[in-house]
Amino acid sequence: MTDHRQPPVNYIDRTRAQYDALGYAPYTWAKNADAGPWAEVSRPLSESRLGMVATGGIYRVGQTAFTHRDDTTFRTVPSDVDAAELRATHFAYDLTDARTDINVVFPIGPLRALVEDGVIGELAPDFYTCMGGIYSQRRVRDRLAPAIVERCHDDKIDLALLVPV
Amino acid sequence: MCHQTVGLVARQLEESGIPTVTMTSARDITLAVNPARAVFLDYPLGHTAGQVDDPSLGRQIVAGALQAFADADHPGWIRDQPFRWAENDSWKDDVLRPSRPVESDGAESADDRSPRVDTPQYQLVDDAFAAQQSHSGQQRLVRKGVDY
Repeated sequence: MTDHRQPPVNYIDRTRAQYDALGYAPYTWAKNADAGPWAEVSRPLSESRLGMVATGGIYRVGQTAFTHRDDTTFRTVPSDVDAAELRATHFAYDLTDARTDINVVFPIGPLRALVEDGVIGELAPDFYTCMGGIYSQRRVRDRLAPAIVERCHDDKIDLALLVPV
Repeated sequence: MCHQTVGLVARQLEESGIPTVTMTSARDITLAVNPARAVFLDYPLGHTAGQVDDPSLGRQIVAGALQAFADADHPGWIRDQPFRWAENDSWKDDVLRPSRPVESDGAESADDRSPRVDTPQYQLVDDAFAAQQSHSGQQRLVRKGVDY
């Protein structure tokens, strides 16, 4: 087989084409031409407390699963959780691999290893997970994002790693 | 859509004083949302942090992403990870391009995502029972969208 390199998939174009084919109205994606806000890193990673926010519909056994329609709730997952207790539910990506090894969308194993190696100072006690497949940007801006930001400050994290799916 | 949601969360975190790194497998969506620091991994969606049962690769990928905290020097900064999903890029051919021809009446035939439903979608039936047990008497929390 020949080694054809392809550029990154253009999801916006392909979604538009798919919506067209389905007869749906085109979706208006969030666009921020401006550079956006910037928080300075105040200390090295090796001395920092790292938080993680992941989409991908991850929940822990005992928690209520996400719905598949504009669900703007989130779940608290302890950073020392047993990976065997984690589940994934979503409508927009193939869950096969996430359900085989949750680390492909929620890298708790790698993060713990990096703490052990001294690369990361420590992990926040809790990580946050949400659905992500939310069409209403207003509901993300007004409800989901502020709630997560508040938690991150309560947890006194220095840095946040964001893992979309 | 997830990449967009995370991008919006990233901006609010930055605004509040917490630096972020956004891992991404959808380069174009991330560029449009324009978060402070982004690290792109050219993998199929559903693998933002690596491949199944490969902890060593996962560690390299996450370490590569976290390096952005030290290296990024301006908002909108993005770096490409050196890892490749497979020996060729043929996986990209079918992304959001149903191989079946679109039928004239056929929303269902071309849209292979699962239908949107308002009820919790558990991975396993047992999870629904577990959730019911741990939330007995707290149904209002669920409805108000407070996390649990």
